[in-house]
Amino acid sequence: MAAYFSKLTLVSLLNACPGGVASGLIWGIMALGVYLTFRVLDLADLTVDGSFATGGAVCIMMVLGGVNPQLALIVSFLAGVVAGIITGVLHTTLGIPAILAGILTQISLYSINLNIMGKANQAVNVNQVSFYFTSNAKVLGRTILLVAVVAAVVIAALYWYLGTEQGSAIRATGTNPNMSRAQGINTEGMKIIGLALSNGLVALSGGILSQYQGFADVNMGRGAIVIGLAAVIIGEVLGSLFGKRLNFALRLMFVVLGGVAYYIVYVFVLWLKFPADDMKLLTAIVVAAFLAVPYLKSKSASSFARAAKVSEAAIADYKKEDDHNA
Amino acid sequence: MLDIINVRKTFNPGTINEKKALQGVNLHLEPGDFCTIIGGNGAGKSTTLNAVAGVWPVDEGAILIDGKNITGVPEHQRAAYLGRVFQDPMTGTAASMEIAENMALAARRGERRTLRWGITRKEKEAYQEKLKMLGLGLEDRMTTKVGLLSGGQRQALTLLMATLKHPKLLLLDEHTAALDPKTAAKVLEVTDTIIRENNLTALMVTHNMKDAIAHGNRLIMMHEGRIILNISGEAKKKLTVAELLEQFELVSGEEFASDKAILA
Repeated sequence: MAAYFSKLTLVSLLNACPGGVASGLIWGIMALGVYLTFRVLDLADLTVDGSFATGGAVCIMMVLGGVNPQLALIVSFLAGVVAGIITGVLHTTLGIPAILAGILTQISLYSINLNIMGKANQAVNVNQVSFYFTSNAKVLGRTILLVAVVAAVVIAALYWYLGTEQGSAIRATGTNPNMSRAQGINTEGMKIIGLALSNGLVALSGGILSQYQGFADVNMGRGAIVIGLAAVIIGEVLGSLFGKRLNFALRLMFVVLGGVAYYIVYVFVLWLKFPADDMKLLTAIVVAAFLAVPYLKSKSASSFARAAKVSEAAIADYKKEDDHNA
Repeated sequence: MLDIINVRKTFNPGTINEKKALQGVNLHLEPGDFCTIIGGNGAGKSTTLNAVAGVWPVDEGAILIDGKNITGVPEHQRAAYLGRVFQDPMTGTAASMEIAENMALAARRGERRTLRWGITRKEKEAYQEKLKMLGLGLEDRMTTKVGLLSGGQRQALTLLMATLKHPKLLLLDEHTAALDPKTAAKVLEVTDTIIRENNLTALMVTHNMKDAIAHGNRLIMMHEGRIILNISGEAKKKLTVAELLEQFELVSGEEFASDKAILA
């Protein structure tokens, strides 16, 4: 036991934190994409596990081919948009349930990502290419700042877009498709646009992560949806601590902060020597718990168990009064 | 204004659940006509409205609005001509959006959704004026989420939204059926006012014979997917519930099957 604690130095934790913040911000951008489908469109889109890796694969391969890294990120975004459109068409035009449509695109992207890279992973020699989003410890502060700027720009863009006529139509589609059609909104088109933008952001995030770690891997998106959901939900919980009616831009900001919080916890748990292999299990448990808490809370406020208890008291009172009258 | 020409629709054809919902419906509405539709359960009242709204394509026949054939136009494009209010107060509005945002969505019915702002300051002022007319105090709750409103408030709002942009035809599908009698009367009153002031053409489905007689200048009765009675003008004004029931039995050879319609 003593040996275990002696290995847990505060210095090693503090050293790991900046990396956690950077990763968290990158995944926070991904979580903004998840927010767009999960919260705004009310769809659980599983495409993201595939499109995240697609973003990484496209970015790394283009950089290897000599393309400017920033331009490569734009292409990553566009590749994600295409993936989202495919899921959207499968779901709307071909009538496949959203979850299945996402899974189908995700699994086909696994093959496509392998084809893009030619093998399971591809690395860039970080000494030869200078990335803005590097994990080089000497300039990690700059990387964190840059990712934060990208996240801020994405939040501003989403805030603006969802406030426009088209964005309002997307929000209405997610809330009430019947009403939306009655108001002349092409709900199928709106779902496709939403899925496209969402996966574009996810792939952009995947591209940034591939630059950050210097490589892309066909499995880098595995479980991405769960991490994205974790960020969204943790962000909402954090946001709720600051007031009930948060401005929409602030809510988006808390989604990104949710990603950061997730990675800080991640770093902390790893620092406790928790086996890295079990992290996905831990993440799933955390997400399940956060998703269940609001439900259980509402149930405990009004449950049959509680009603049973209250009823006993009511009967006892009633009998007492009866005795009294008799 | 509206022409329904020999429209037929069968649900689940060729299966055990086959339902011939519309069996040759014909109807012509002049501009400014306010026509009520009554009939028992499964008579085809709501189905007729859905056929006009384009919820699904019809099997046979044609639907024309203002002389324009819209039979092949999908629901969201037809919306340009139609204002709609539904039976379920939850259906007509977006619950998680603000009152003003809902109105802004409705004000753009039939227009392309561009990248301009979804709602402008000027619009908000105009909506506030419109909400005042309802007399429900909603003008002070412009940023309230619609999900927090009562059923009656939501129906009144939906009605206002349906007519924000002048519709060629207003479709009211039992829009007071889910409300308590007092609220229903209030919403019907608002309906009358809005139709009169905007000089709208309207089709109103109702289960309530008294309402069907009291409102509008025309009345049609449906039975088994057909229109079996078509009353207008002076005859409509003099109509009573007893006469209506008598006529129904005469034409259909059956007793009127809905207690709700008679007792209401």
